[in-house]
Amino acid sequence: MTDKPLLSVRGLTIDIPVASGTLHAVRGIDFELMKGETLCIVGESGSGKSLTSLALMGLLGGRISRRASRADFDGTDLIAASNRQMRRLRGARMAMIFQEPMTSLNPAYTIGDQLIEALLLHKKVGRAAARDRAVALLEKVGITSAASRLGQYPHQLSGGLRQRVMIAMALMCEPDLLIADEPTTALDVTIQAQILRLLVDLQREMNMAMILITHDLGVVARIADKVAVMYAGELVETGPAADIFNAPTHPYTRGLINCIPVPGKTARGAKLGTIPGIVPSLVGEVTGCPFRTRCSEAVPACRGEIPVRTRHAGRQRILCVHEDGQRAASEVPA
Amino acid sequence: MLRFILRRLGLAVLVALTVSFISFSLLFLSGDPAIAIAGEGANENDIAAIRKLYGFDRPMLLQYWDWLSSALRFDFGESYYFRLPVADLIADRLSVTMILGVCGISFALLLAVPLGVLAAIRPNSIIDRVALFLSVAGQAMPSFWFGLILIVVFSINLRWLPASGAESWRHFILPTIVLGYYAMPAIMRLTRAGMLEVLSADYVRTARAKGAPEGLVLFKHALRNAIIPVVSLAAVQMGFMLGGSIVVESIFALHGAGYLAWESIGRNDLPTVQALILVFSLFYIVFTFLADVLNAWLDPRMRSS
Amino acid sequence: MSAAMPRATATAAAPRDPLLEEITGPTPGQMLRRRIFGHQGFLIGTITLLVLLAIALVAPLIAPHDPYAQDLMSRMERPVFMGGDWDHVLGTDHLGRDYLSRLIYGARVSLLIGGVAALISGLIGTAMGVAAGYFGGRVDMVVTFLINVRLAMPVTLVALAVVAVLGGSLEVVIGVLGLLLWDRFAVVMRASTLQVRGREYVAAARAIGCSTPRILLTEILPNILNALIVVVTLEMAHAILLEAALSFLGLGVQPPTPSWGLMVSEGKNMMLFEPWLVLIPGAVLFVLVLAINLMGDGLRDVTAPENRS
Repeated sequence: MTDKPLLSVRGLTIDIPVASGTLHAVRGIDFELMKGETLCIVGESGSGKSLTSLALMGLLGGRISRRASRADFDGTDLIAASNRQMRRLRGARMAMIFQEPMTSLNPAYTIGDQLIEALLLHKKVGRAAARDRAVALLEKVGITSAASRLGQYPHQLSGGLRQRVMIAMALMCEPDLLIADEPTTALDVTIQAQILRLLVDLQREMNMAMILITHDLGVVARIADKVAVMYAGELVETGPAADIFNAPTHPYTRGLINCIPVPGKTARGAKLGTIPGIVPSLVGEVTGCPFRTRCSEAVPACRGEIPVRTRHAGRQRILCVHEDGQRAASEVPA
Repeated sequence: MLRFILRRLGLAVLVALTVSFISFSLLFLSGDPAIAIAGEGANENDIAAIRKLYGFDRPMLLQYWDWLSSALRFDFGESYYFRLPVADLIADRLSVTMILGVCGISFALLLAVPLGVLAAIRPNSIIDRVALFLSVAGQAMPSFWFGLILIVVFSINLRWLPASGAESWRHFILPTIVLGYYAMPAIMRLTRAGMLEVLSADYVRTARAKGAPEGLVLFKHALRNAIIPVVSLAAVQMGFMLGGSIVVESIFALHGAGYLAWESIGRNDLPTVQALILVFSLFYIVFTFLADVLNAWLDPRMRSS
Repeated sequence: MSAAMPRATATAAAPRDPLLEEITGPTPGQMLRRRIFGHQGFLIGTITLLVLLAIALVAPLIAPHDPYAQDLMSRMERPVFMGGDWDHVLGTDHLGRDYLSRLIYGARVSLLIGGVAALISGLIGTAMGVAAGYFGGRVDMVVTFLINVRLAMPVTLVALAVVAVLGGSLEVVIGVLGLLLWDRFAVVMRASTLQVRGREYVAAARAIGCSTPRILLTEILPNILNALIVVVTLEMAHAILLEAALSFLGLGVQPPTPSWGLMVSEGKNMMLFEPWLVLIPGAVLFVLVLAINLMGDGLRDVTAPENRS
């Protein structure tokens, strides 16, 4: 591991034009990722997690604009890169797995065709070699009789198998970064665990960096090196996984972690934590802390500029008016 | 797949039989066909003789059976007007209509598919608007009028192309445009709608995430899926076009099967008309059957079931 | 059936990020623009159609001449914009009849045939389609089969043959077209009924013991009306075009009835010298059909469920 991060993002902003104005879907988020590290981005649906990953891959639709003061992937500026440069990067050095295995594979081609294509697009190897690699990877992702699967069509496979194929496809060129956007949400609970296990194993084995997007904190606790908690387009808390789980600081993070039942600790029948309220509209000017409408620690200052606070020697960062994420007894609630 | 083909084939045969019965019954629509054959001024005896000669005095179902069993041997009886076997008459004329049909559908596809794709890639762009305009105008354009305008412009004023006849390939250009333009709007709209839907599909995003260049994304990943329903539609349109060639052939005096139909209807030549209705229907039935099979083969989900 | 009703295969809607939902579909701005564009077409089409309808209704009041009155002394006089005089604004035909008057009366023929034929085929097709969609099973099989048979028959040819056998009068043409053009009604109404049949309110009506006719009339029909109206416009246009084609081929409405198709046909012989004889009635026909289609397309856009939210 070198000290230079593989991926470094500063001030990533994503705007979507809508009928009633501009939807400020992601507003100036920062994070970085070392080679071989796993970053989990956690948040509710609609918080901008998927948009962030699509923005990194350059796969946002044409009408959506993105900008950042820095978006460096191993020396390439992801925002300024030409279409051609991005195409060389995509699939080869940064790969992505999507939420919907059922619809993410092209129904008209065999999985063999689709796997082989992923390699041939970037590497000058023969078809036979590509085929061998496809078989090897299918075996690696735990698909039995891999060679005979190559001729099958996506509709002949179950969701779990398709997601394994998607993973194999993403790994065809041994990428340095794998972005997995809720790769297990659409799957059965039993399959979910298998797929996650597989992702973690492969990531360690191939020493890839991974960005895992999820709303499942249980998953995060088990596999993340770093955690970024996203709320309404902002990263409200980032830091090493251990720190965040030991000492969640932002009120939203604390709320999320309280929602996880802990076997043995949570009494049967006890109420799990909930966070009341709804996410504010992000259309038009967004000021202050977006969480203040649901926050038990909210004070009048939450409407203004929100300072970045660092803890644990700068490793953990939170966006909150309170030093430690908690309202002092002397402060007036908003 | 085989089961599907057999079932589809069974349906096709059943439809063909029903159509054959309907086209046969047309003969009796006017009441007594013998009167029609005998012509005006025939006396009662002549009519009775004709009735006996053609077997019109027998039960209708029996007559149908006779007609059908001969038709299966490509014997459609004798034309009242030409006094020639109807099968020979039609066989003579069919090639012109087939050439026209193939040219027409090719023209329609060559115009409609690229336009539909371009319109879908850039919705609301100039191209999209032009495509929309062409399809809306195409649907409202009476084909006989369109044909006459082309004759006025290209044959009479510019003298570029012949207005009638079928002697050379140049004679087929204007009829092809008229006939093809008739099928264009529907194909264009379906291509556009299909491409729009497919372009927002997850697997297209997957293709982009793999680093596939845009051309490959559009043609290999998107169009391949969007084209499947277009194949069916093209077959249906081809069937309609052959049936509709009657108008085009009469404008451009192309002596094909459509022209023969027009002549025969005018001359009350019922055996020829019956046979032509059946032949045109059979073309439609065969095309749609082939299209369904091709469709099933193009769509892996159906191929393997 | 798949050949008769090709449709783009629908990809299953999957739950996903609401923010992502925003970017995959058309943006609301785009939808608004599209709807306005649709409205524009709808407005233009509807207004044009209403104007033509009004002209047809008050034809005797506004026609400058008797459309049947021949004047062999003034045949093929040119329209006023081609150097003719104001007595015959759009000139006269080969029998010296006033072209404008014939066009005005021709609107009656086209609209009457289009309207009544669409009504007849609408009744037949809707009854078949709704029955097939609602009852399913054997009824559906039979209807689907009949639709296939109908689609297999070449419309122009069959219509020509029947009109030729029965003789070309307004009633015969209307009847033949009405009996031939029900296929799209049946196809669309069947699909719409199938969709509506599964809804909760239909199940609820059945659960509280409503009779089948009552369910069909009060629960099903109102919910497939939008689709029905769209098909009515399309088939009306279709019938008008077919009538014109039949008359053009000399086997539709017979002379001296002022049918636009017939006028094109009569002008065809003089096309070499007086192309306007062909251009004018064809253009009017084109405008009428275009207006109806624009209205129908607009109606579909405006009433499409995805635009209503």
